Amino acid sequence: MPALVEPRIPRVLLAKPGLDGHDRGVKVVGMALRDAGVEVIYLGLRQSVGSILSAAQQEDVDVIGLSVLSGVHLAVTRRLLSERDTLGLADIPVVVGGTIPPADADLLREMGAAAVFPVGIDLQEMVASVKELAAESRGVDR
Amino acid sequence: MNASRAVTTESGIPVRELYTSNDIPADLDSRLGLPGQPPFTRGPYESMYRERLWTMRQYSGFGSAEDTNRRYRYLLDQGQTALSVAFDLPTQLGLDSTHELAEDEVGRVGVAIDTVQDMCDLFDGLPLDQLSVNFTINATAPIILAFYLVAAERQGVAMSDLAGTLQNDILKEFLARKTFIYPPEPSVRLACDVVEFCSTLLPRFNPISITGYHAREAGCSATQELAFAFADAIAYCDHLVERGIPFDSFAPRLSFHFASQMDFFEEVAKVRAARRMWCELATTRYGASDPNSTRLRFFSGCSGATLTAQQPLNNVVRSTLQCLAAVLGGAQSIHVMGYDEAYEIPSEESVRLALRTQQIIGLESGVTHTVDPLAGSYYVESLTDAIALRATEILDEIAAQGGAVNATTAGLLQRWIAENAYTEAREIADGTRPKVGVNVFVDDEEMQAPGALFIPDATAAARQRERLQSFLAQRSSVSAAEAVARVGSVAGTTENVMPSILDAARAGATLGEIADALRGQFGEYREPVPW
Repeated sequence: MPALVEPRIPRVLLAKPGLDGHDRGVKVVGMALRDAGVEVIYLGLRQSVGSILSAAQQEDVDVIGLSVLSGVHLAVTRRLLSERDTLGLADIPVVVGGTIPPADADLLREMGAAAVFPVGIDLQEMVASVKELAAESRGVDR
Repeated sequence: MNASRAVTTESGIPVRELYTSNDIPADLDSRLGLPGQPPFTRGPYESMYRERLWTMRQYSGFGSAEDTNRRYRYLLDQGQTALSVAFDLPTQLGLDSTHELAEDEVGRVGVAIDTVQDMCDLFDGLPLDQLSVNFTINATAPIILAFYLVAAERQGVAMSDLAGTLQNDILKEFLARKTFIYPPEPSVRLACDVVEFCSTLLPRFNPISITGYHAREAGCSATQELAFAFADAIAYCDHLVERGIPFDSFAPRLSFHFASQMDFFEEVAKVRAARRMWCELATTRYGASDPNSTRLRFFSGCSGATLTAQQPLNNVVRSTLQCLAAVLGGAQSIHVMGYDEAYEIPSEESVRLALRTQQIIGLESGVTHTVDPLAGSYYVESLTDAIALRATEILDEIAAQGGAVNATTAGLLQRWIAENAYTEAREIADGTRPKVGVNVFVDDEEMQAPGALFIPDATAAARQRERLQSFLAQRSSVSAAEAVARVGSVAGTTENVMPSILDAARAGATLGEIADALRGQFGEYREPVPW
């Protein structure tokens, strides 16, 4: 019989992969999630795929959020999703935000991003979507 | 509109329904001066745009040096009057194109420059003694300048004939855009080495562009923007003066860079206030005796942060207003954003339209017919005073925290910026800040990218890595290594690093090798946590 689980505060890891330093967006998202009751772990700039995944594992997060404004979202997301799956962390959803042309947003979803938040996305809609993903992800036994 | 809500400028200065002669001080004339006369409120030059329009400077660069060279030739053919080089992130961060961290980023947001040869190819066929070139480069500014000087040397152009601007304002990189490498203290030293070197050898070149623009785009207010820029200016000037370099020997070549966003009159008043504040700072703090040391000249960047992905053609109108504010504020050079900036690097079409925006304002609108046409406006003059007052208060607050370097190291300014950005995002989300096409007058259709987007060339990175390999195969590794070692040892002293970096560039050292020599001395910086 499953034990009753204490309701857990959702945990979201935010990071900027690659070399891009435009962090206005990721900080706004971090503050909005924090105000919505989410525990936000912000790794900061110039994070490698390896460092993001090992932090995600150590911090036991429910969602990984990447912010990319330098146009390298496709390459970096592809690599991160593939290494995530290799590490057996496929149940942690990955969301991507930034300067993302519409055609690329479709490609990101096709390669397995759980959600894409291009420039212009509504802040509350994004917060709701991330919290929902976190809730679904928490249901998975890890 | 809710009539009971207090009306303020974007930076929060209260705005009354009506301004009259009671709102301007009795000593207005002395606060203004004539154009070209201290305190320069009305403009840095006597005849401003009647003599010559501002420099139309569209920022561009992508792929390899050859790719960008072709875009530059196109822009000059279209009537652009100066070049502005965008570098890719590996170049900005001191990584060669073959470095593993550079993998996805080579040639992506700007041109990749690894060696002196790349710099020569970038300006192939473009006479450097007849062009003004702006370099958006900071942490690696000493290296890029050295490459540029060697490229000029190989064209047979003397250093003293070079005109242009090196951004070289590393302090603001800790606040926004974040292309720092070394910790703040040695970073300031490197920036000042460049200023000192140029002050004697490059009389027509601006060795630094002290910038409020990026912090503003990252979210700070117009008054904070001025305070941050002047706090940075004080950090550099204090450092140079402490070295024993007379203020008047470098101050005439200091240049500034401010943003132009949506609150039209606030933007005009802001740069008028900036000129007055700088004149006062230069005179009282540094005892400037050359009037050129007190004359603030600035580059105005229109705003990407105010542009929207929704209904992207609306951005043409936003940019037109921003450019007009820059012109009425008396800018020396202007960049207008591409309307598709929220989606990609601007397409050729949108860059041309941005340039045409400047040309239409400059040649058709008549606003350039007389100097400082808004002078004497009750509102604009009152706002100019209010902005100068508020910006000075913020500058004092930063000074009380130990100045720009300390306040930045502590993460204080970064927090102010992020808090403002968050407030603005919430106001857009809850509709209290109207944004046409986003929270009012919204179209039902999905977000639609405009026309043809810029398509990055997938082969550029590989081509650049090949270029670097073949350059390395042809150089003398021994002399390059000796020159690089010399950069490292000079960096460990208080001697100016520029001559040694210039030697290393001539010896064929790469950008990454020189940056590594400096890393060896200074280490690398990691940011404090944001909250």
